[in-house]
Amino acid sequence: MKIALTTTAPNLEAQLDPRFGRCAYVLIVDSETLEFKAHPNPALNSSGGAGIRMAQFVSDLKPDAVISGDFGPNAASALQSAHLPMYLFGDSQSVKDVIERFKSGKLTKV
Amino acid sequence: MRMANNNPLKIAVASGKGGTGKTTIATSFALSIINDISESLLFLDCDVEAPNAHLFLKPQLTEEKPVEILIPEVNESLCTHCGECAKVCQFQAIAVLGNKTLVFPQLCHGCGSCTMICPANAIQEIPKSIGVLQKGTAGEIKFARGVMDIGEPMAVPIIRQLKKWVAPLEPQITIIDSPPGTSCPVVESIRGSDFLILVTEPTPFGFHDLKLAHQVAKDLQIPAGVIINRENGAFSELEDYCKEENLPILMRVPFRRNIAEGIAKGRNLIEILPEMSASFQNIYHQITTLVK
Repeated sequence: MKIALTTTAPNLEAQLDPRFGRCAYVLIVDSETLEFKAHPNPALNSSGGAGIRMAQFVSDLKPDAVISGDFGPNAASALQSAHLPMYLFGDSQSVKDVIERFKSGKLTKV
Repeated sequence: MRMANNNPLKIAVASGKGGTGKTTIATSFALSIINDISESLLFLDCDVEAPNAHLFLKPQLTEEKPVEILIPEVNESLCTHCGECAKVCQFQAIAVLGNKTLVFPQLCHGCGSCTMICPANAIQEIPKSIGVLQKGTAGEIKFARGVMDIGEPMAVPIIRQLKKWVAPLEPQITIIDSPPGTSCPVVESIRGSDFLILVTEPTPFGFHDLKLAHQVAKDLQIPAGVIINRENGAFSELEDYCKEENLPILMRVPFRRNIAEGIAKGRNLIEILPEMSASFQNIYHQITTLVK
């Protein structure tokens, strides 16, 4: 499965970024092979509507699920319209940890 | 004394930091000069997020007009979800996700770009109320204000429409009570003013924001002067800055318990300290010579 995950740096060792709309990067990770592609957040410096812009950006990357620390109301309703399931990474410590928990169904679904 | 002439004078009151006494100063200023001048005076409360000048001026409001902006409404049966509207929007107020086009009305500035660019003509504009304009009189003072609806985030269209709405009154003198801060609503409020009164308090926070507000005045090329409110001994950084920047200190209001008590009861500064009336009249004459 293709997972979209918000991080603070463009690699698998990166710390998780708890913000969806204002995250530094979004990684699109293959949950089986851990192959990934990192995308900088195009909405990082926008004055408003960052969550919506990110939702649009992420949905165009066509992942199967989106994982972040939390989702603002606008971002959540946008991702919902795109039929993208949202999960919270909770106290996960690393990208690999999140992927493992996701695969074993331990992440909270929004 | 300034002679009545055809050049209207606009004096704005701003501060940067909130709670320094903008409204206290602006309303007391208006009440002090109204009996000293032959010109017509309009008081404009542009702090539309929390207008409160009426508490001190106690106007009779006789006219009201809603403020509307035009926001997009998408006809899903015509929409092809091409995404052009989302691309053109500078405020992320419209997004195309999957086979749905979402409008976020509170982010919309009502510019109309999405409607213009839509190749399927699937967008029409519908009016949305974001606030109300009100006007009336407080004795000899003409009074007008904007009031933003609770939950609305955009003050600028209300301030812009307020200024347009009162233009036919053709006041010779306008006193503008600006919102706090230094962002768009402040710029919109003080834009076009002849003079800016910056109300500050002698604290690091007040001083910090005074410098920001002064920078806005400089960028807009509006001459400015300072009123130090709640003065309790000299604050040398503030004094030095005003000296260096050639920023005249127009008035100092002392930090006194009886002033705070009076304001809390809804009394204005000149009811509490009648002798300040002459100081405000002085400031007015100082401003008229400064803007000449």
